[in-house]
Amino acid sequence: MSPPEEPIIACEDVHKWYGQFHALRGISLSVQRGEVVVIFGPSGSGKSTFIRTLNRLEEHQRGRIVVDGIELTNDIRNIEAVRREIGMVFQSFNLFPHLTVLQNIVLAPVWVRRWKRQQAAQSAMQLLERVGIPEQAHKFPGQLSGGQQQRVAIARALAMQPKVMLFDEPTSALDPEMIKEVLDVMIELAKSGMTILAVTHEMTFARSVANRMLFFDGGVIVEQGTPDQIFNHPQHDRTKLFLSQILKH
Amino acid sequence: MTHVESLPPPRTGIGPIGWLRQNLFSTWYNALLTIIATLVIGVVLLSIIEWAVGSARWGAISTNMTLFMLGQYPREQVWRVWAVIYLLALLLGLSWGVWQTAVRGFALIAVGASLVFALSVVNSSVWPIWIGVAFAIGLGYLGGRHVPGMRRVAVVGGVLSFPIGLLLISGLTRLNFLPQVPSNLWGGLLLTLVLTVVGNLVSLPLGILLALGRRSRLPVIHYFCVGYIELIRGVPLITILYMAANMLPFFLPETVRPELVVRAMIGLILFEAAYQAENVRGGLQAIPRGQYEAAYALGLNPILTTLFIILPQALRLVIPALLNSFVSLFKDTSLVAIVGLFDLLRIGRSVLAQSDWLGTHREVFAFAFLVYWGINLALTYGGRRLERALGIGQR
Repeated sequence: MSPPEEPIIACEDVHKWYGQFHALRGISLSVQRGEVVVIFGPSGSGKSTFIRTLNRLEEHQRGRIVVDGIELTNDIRNIEAVRREIGMVFQSFNLFPHLTVLQNIVLAPVWVRRWKRQQAAQSAMQLLERVGIPEQAHKFPGQLSGGQQQRVAIARALAMQPKVMLFDEPTSALDPEMIKEVLDVMIELAKSGMTILAVTHEMTFARSVANRMLFFDGGVIVEQGTPDQIFNHPQHDRTKLFLSQILKH
Repeated sequence: MTHVESLPPPRTGIGPIGWLRQNLFSTWYNALLTIIATLVIGVVLLSIIEWAVGSARWGAISTNMTLFMLGQYPREQVWRVWAVIYLLALLLGLSWGVWQTAVRGFALIAVGASLVFALSVVNSSVWPIWIGVAFAIGLGYLGGRHVPGMRRVAVVGGVLSFPIGLLLISGLTRLNFLPQVPSNLWGGLLLTLVLTVVGNLVSLPLGILLALGRRSRLPVIHYFCVGYIELIRGVPLITILYMAANMLPFFLPETVRPELVVRAMIGLILFEAAYQAENVRGGLQAIPRGQYEAAYALGLNPILTTLFIILPQALRLVIPALLNSFVSLFKDTSLVAIVGLFDLLRIGRSVLAQSDWLGTHREVFAFAFLVYWGINLALTYGGRRLERALGIGQR
């Protein structure tokens, strides 16, 4: 067991290049267990790239990333160990269209965690209750609305009992009336004590549950602070300008 | 105005007369074309029918039916072929009962075909056996529908039917009740179908492996697969058959001397695998990156990801292309005649050499035409039904 004060995620000077383009320019961050961190910033600022480096969907080329005591290196065993502890929810849901909702959720627990199928199905049904759509268990993703699909994706990630949840713009592909149903699930999850890193521009989510907000621009963390500091007393002009643009309407 | 009643959609049908007028007689030159085309088709059809029911000597087919079907397969061992047919019929019925719509197309065709066969041989002793086949399918259906646990039986049976069928047909030297039938005696439709089924069943997994290998990041595997695929696709099948028949023994140890049928089969498999690989690759490329990312993010390793996430979707996408290749291979098996095997078409040529049936080219080739075409029609139709059934819930 690691002592409670050790951060669950620790990044030191993380860099990432796409060809010549320097996408991440030295990100250092440590996240405590149970912390809810909202990452926001203009498109192309590196925020999605950054959270995708945390479970190695993107490789970082310099610096250190340690998740729950495991350093992300080229060692595939480390990578898979980290991925088992981190759940991820994508902008475009990425449900498996050839499997039913229930099959989507039990696949990883059965094959990665080696749970009994019956046990996995039971806990999957509990998760579907939690996200409010148990009646959809035997439908295919294509038969669900966007909001329902994203809630299935959250349940699928939770089924692995992760210690950290990453959200990569989870509501950007949704119609306005469906955003709330997904946000409600995320807020409930945050209040239950889950460690969350979310790239999102949903400021209601940030205001109600975030412990910390990070403003990304140009591949660096320009500014960070509590929601109160960020919304009411932003320090940098770039942060003020961006906030004024997204909060105007 | 707050509420508008839902209205029925406007009528779009125009009736048969309207359809004729709109499509066939819309202008004077369209009307002229319609009349000319009808006359030409009518004359051709009439002369074919006149020949088929009048002057054609169908005896060339009916007296040689067993030869067409089985070649030189020993006549006292024919029960083994019937056993295979019954096994497959039961299994087909069972799958129909278990999977319902997905298999219904194939099952109904098989029932219909066996009844038609029974009718067409009604004055020989074989017809009750064909009626029995239809009953076997029905029996299997009832079993699959009402007996619990039949899904597993159908899956296991499906896998086992392949070696069991081959064993029944070829036999073993050690078994007294199942004496070996050397493969040089297999012929006719039996040989054509054995080559087709074995060829397709082996070349598809091989093709999947080649397609996956072609996408591998390991240079050795990648370039081996690319090299193999491009080499094979650049050569005609006839060349490969010649090489398999004549040169394969040089590459094998002295003690291993596969029979000609096996050598030809290896040639067909090696050829077909390259094409199936490209079909499968098309499907693999159509899978969005997000599917891989979602699987990896859940902790699935690349093998599990490929097995459970990527391949099922990729194969489903390319069912039309795979079926297309199945059908091509079925027809391409007729090329084994050039290395000295007696497939359906080659049997036809030997019938033409019989002194009783000299000059019956039309009958023989019309028959071969109907057999190939009928089987392909059944495959295509059943495949389309399967495709539609599997498409449920897709995106």
